[in-house]
Amino acid sequence: MTAYQRATVHGWLLLLPAMSCLALFTHWPAVASIIDSFYSTPRPRRPSRFIGLDNYEAMIADPIFWRALVNNFWFAVGTIPLSIGLAILMAIWVNDRIKGQSLVRMAYFTPTILPMIAVANIWLFFFTPQYGLIEQVVQLFGGNATNWLGSGDTALFAVIVVAVWKEAGFFMIFYLAALQGISPSLGEAAAIEGASRWYYFRRVLFPLLMPTTLFVLINAMINAFRMVDHIVVMTKGGPDNATILLLYYIYQVGFSFWDTAYAATLTCVLLALLAIIAFVQYGWLERRIHYR
Amino acid sequence: MSAAPKPGAATTRPDPYAPRGLSLTLESVGAILLAILWVLPLAYAVWAAIHPSEYTTRFELFAPLTLDNFTRAWAAAPFARYFMNTFILVTFILAFQLVLGTLAAYALARQDFWGRDVAFALILAQLMIMPDALIVENYRTMTRLGLVDTIPAIALPYIASAFGIFLLRQTFKTVPKELDDAARVEGASPLQVLMKVYVPLARPTYIAYGLVSISYHWNNFLWPLIITNSVESRPLTVGLQIFSSPDQGVDWAVICAATLMTSAPLLIAFLIFQRQFVQSFMRAGIR
Repeated sequence: MTAYQRATVHGWLLLLPAMSCLALFTHWPAVASIIDSFYSTPRPRRPSRFIGLDNYEAMIADPIFWRALVNNFWFAVGTIPLSIGLAILMAIWVNDRIKGQSLVRMAYFTPTILPMIAVANIWLFFFTPQYGLIEQVVQLFGGNATNWLGSGDTALFAVIVVAVWKEAGFFMIFYLAALQGISPSLGEAAAIEGASRWYYFRRVLFPLLMPTTLFVLINAMINAFRMVDHIVVMTKGGPDNATILLLYYIYQVGFSFWDTAYAATLTCVLLALLAIIAFVQYGWLERRIHYR
Repeated sequence: MSAAPKPGAATTRPDPYAPRGLSLTLESVGAILLAILWVLPLAYAVWAAIHPSEYTTRFELFAPLTLDNFTRAWAAAPFARYFMNTFILVTFILAFQLVLGTLAAYALARQDFWGRDVAFALILAQLMIMPDALIVENYRTMTRLGLVDTIPAIALPYIASAFGIFLLRQTFKTVPKELDDAARVEGASPLQVLMKVYVPLARPTYIAYGLVSISYHWNNFLWPLIITNSVESRPLTVGLQIFSSPDQGVDWAVICAATLMTSAPLLIAFLIFQRQFVQSFMRAGIR
């Protein structure tokens, strides 16, 4: 046996435990979702059978699926820029020698380590009609009573607020790390040239933060498809599917309606979306980002 | 996926763009206002939990204090059991993640062998296809394995973590090759080299990864909700959700007390080890 062959045996033996778990709980389920999407859901008297693209046809005709997709789009559009913008602002503030710096940083970061399910309970109370905290503030200023989570116009917005609150502080620490790594001579040079602070941010800091922004952006996009814990607590997808997101719909179809084949079909759409994110990241964005 | 940039050394030279005078005051006020907004939910939960329920929506400075809500919450649901389940779950996951991750990362970092790059790509696929997306098929797998409603069923999809393997591989690659060679010349077997050279040098990474993993799985909800249906296997997050769902008719003060109770261990650990937490999340890059 050559050294290379021996290394191959050793290498695969070391990889075996991790690879077999990944194969069983990541690779196989992904493939099985695709296979199952071509079959009907097994029922007690009717075993599963091959039905070709019927599940996909049903999906295209399913208004709730489109609703979930559109909601997920707006959820992403609502959360991603806002949480990234706030994260940059927080990082710049915390990076400057402001008063109470470490307490402020702690306040921003705290939502990250709290369980989403627990904080969603508290937010649920904030949004409660009539005696919830937000309603009390609104009434104090003589505003109109709003049923934030009970009305189709505002429920998705309320859910977005909670997601932004949860995420921004987490993203902040990556910007904080990046800001601390930027050479102070750049600021000195810009100041000698007489650049304003805004100009320095726009033309020097922001471009230098681009690798961090890409990294955070990918995380934020994945999170936009993954965050459903607060939906379970706050709205259960309602009212009238106003806050239904793709993963929540998969959960509903799979575990409330027990239509596993259709849930597998929806899973395939989610996997395709995640694959597109991966492709955009590696194939396109990486080449356009300016690296130090 | 690349890890986040490492924190650099703190600047000692004066920054010409650091705000001074009035603009520093304005910035501090803005930052503090946002900070207050950010802790408001938590602060409110504390308020509601330590006051009698008639003060849940009435804010009076000298409202009487009470721990009654905590005792009522503790008595109303088997929280002791939930705590134990979560503790077992988190320990189980972390122990397996560390062992599987160390072995795989060692193979990927230092040996050149047939199929290594393919294996690495297959592992990284999990960074995109997170276990949450595969709940339907994983539930079927657990049914076939007869594991539904057990703690191992909650843990299994997470014990091989692409993120952990990636993180450890990056750390192992920074270990000087000379140390590895020297240990081998002394007659150490590959596993001894791993345990005596690589693992001790990667200590900061293990701590960072451990903190991130513990807080992630302490807070994880959707998969445990699906795969458990009895008190014996339910973790805290699911227990809290069942306890506080509106049809239970429990009042807000008690729900807030239960909410604080379930978050308390992580929250207290965070308040004590704040720097380590922030640095660990920075180092770890992604969850």
